[in-house]
Amino acid sequence: MRLTQTQRHRGPAAAGPATTGPATTGATGSLPRMLPAGFAAGPASLADHVARYGPLVSAGLDQRRQRPLIEEVDRAGLTGRGGAAFPTARKLAAVAAGRNPVVVANGTEAEPASAKDKVLLARSPHLVLDGAVLAAEIVGAREAVIVVHHAVRDITDQAVSERSRAGADRIRIRVVTAADRFVGGEASAVVHWIGAGISTPTGTPPRLSERGLGGAPTLVQNVETLAHLALIARYGASWFRSVGTPEEAGSMLVTILGAVREPGVHEIALGTPTGEVLSLAGGPSAPLQALLIGGYSGTWVDAADAATRPFSSAGLADLGAGVGAGLIAALPERACGLRETARVVRYLADESAGQCGPCLFGLDAVAGQLEGIAAGRTSDLRMLRRWLGQVDGRGACSHPDGAARLVRSALEVFTAELRQHARGWCAGTSSILPLPPRSRR
Amino acid sequence: MTVRTGRGAGSQLRVDPIACDGRGLCADMLPELITLDDWGFPVISREAVPADQLGDARVAIRACPKLALRLERRRD
Repeated sequence: MRLTQTQRHRGPAAAGPATTGPATTGATGSLPRMLPAGFAAGPASLADHVARYGPLVSAGLDQRRQRPLIEEVDRAGLTGRGGAAFPTARKLAAVAAGRNPVVVANGTEAEPASAKDKVLLARSPHLVLDGAVLAAEIVGAREAVIVVHHAVRDITDQAVSERSRAGADRIRIRVVTAADRFVGGEASAVVHWIGAGISTPTGTPPRLSERGLGGAPTLVQNVETLAHLALIARYGASWFRSVGTPEEAGSMLVTILGAVREPGVHEIALGTPTGEVLSLAGGPSAPLQALLIGGYSGTWVDAADAATRPFSSAGLADLGAGVGAGLIAALPERACGLRETARVVRYLADESAGQCGPCLFGLDAVAGQLEGIAAGRTSDLRMLRRWLGQVDGRGACSHPDGAARLVRSALEVFTAELRQHARGWCAGTSSILPLPPRSRR
Repeated sequence: MTVRTGRGAGSQLRVDPIACDGRGLCADMLPELITLDDWGFPVISREAVPADQLGDARVAIRACPKLALRLERRRD
């Protein structure tokens, strides 16, 4: 790996002719790093991409160059941006130790409310592909498979052919359209989908890093994680750490939706106060009562409590939340948190792969009870709590745990609604959380 | 000779939740360590299997028609 000093300290160049303002001057610590803020809509071409970031720093196939790069990623403190926040360097090292490994770039993004991976691929496809190629070089893989949501399949294909025309990579890149179901984004489900066309989780053991795609040691990384990897390889760990907190370094993409003036995807420094994160989306468009943080398997938090907390897993920990996959949904006072949660939990129950009994039957029971509470038919929380305890940790993947976490947080945050519903009254007049049409489920 | 007791020692039962069909034989044979949830699926004790129940545990493992139950060395 060769890094010039100027590259190391400078970071990406200004994001193109249309840019103005301090956010894109290219100085250390400035954002956005990944999204080309100054470009018109549409993907950055390979030429634009190289102009902004410089050429890809290849790790080559030489182990003496791969090791230092893993160490650099370790120093950077990069963690997975798909929701689990696992240290990337540890995954790289585990897979690099195996024979004939494979790399999978996970852009499934099956979460209906999340858009950050689609936006990243739609606007900066080459940064993701750089990261996928680099990861393959680091672990000694010959091929990188990139799994993308169908909405960005064409853009990804075009970027891949652009690279092959330019002779950019020594690694073969294969593009696969992701399965369109919630659990299809889980790492083992992605590998199952590529290998056998079945988008269900397969559970552990074996670990994917030991036996994954076609029995080969497999590295599955979220596409945003790979984009960060491509930047760390160019500019180094200190540059990466120049934003974020010491424990949770760097930037992350967030999808902000609900009662905000300009819903959309933004890049933030980890640790930015949550209220400031909301102002990137124009701020609240109505008085807020709660935020759903992380994803549909995430956590409801009181909006006022969250506003002053740093948006980082440490900052949100005492509210029981973590950054997850970077979703922030703002629930206005006029919406009913119980009804929103019941809708989402019914969706999560429908999206169970149906492989594990406690998930298949348990989430259905939880959803039914919550629907009853939301509709004012019952106010009995005992069965609900009993069933939450019976689904937690009982699946081959964490799908049931995520649904249980969401419901538990709703019971903590929406206590006033629970009392109102028990008296047969609900103030909810709108909903904010998008779900696919029922007919498709 | 040291006797290893308490958390961290020995083996524990594990169920493969994908393979498990909820037949429930394991809970019949090993009620001290396995109970059934409200839908008939086994809830396995997180404790190490006591030495005097290891034999019964192995019988339960062999009885599972889906081969979903196994003993694993405790990792903690």
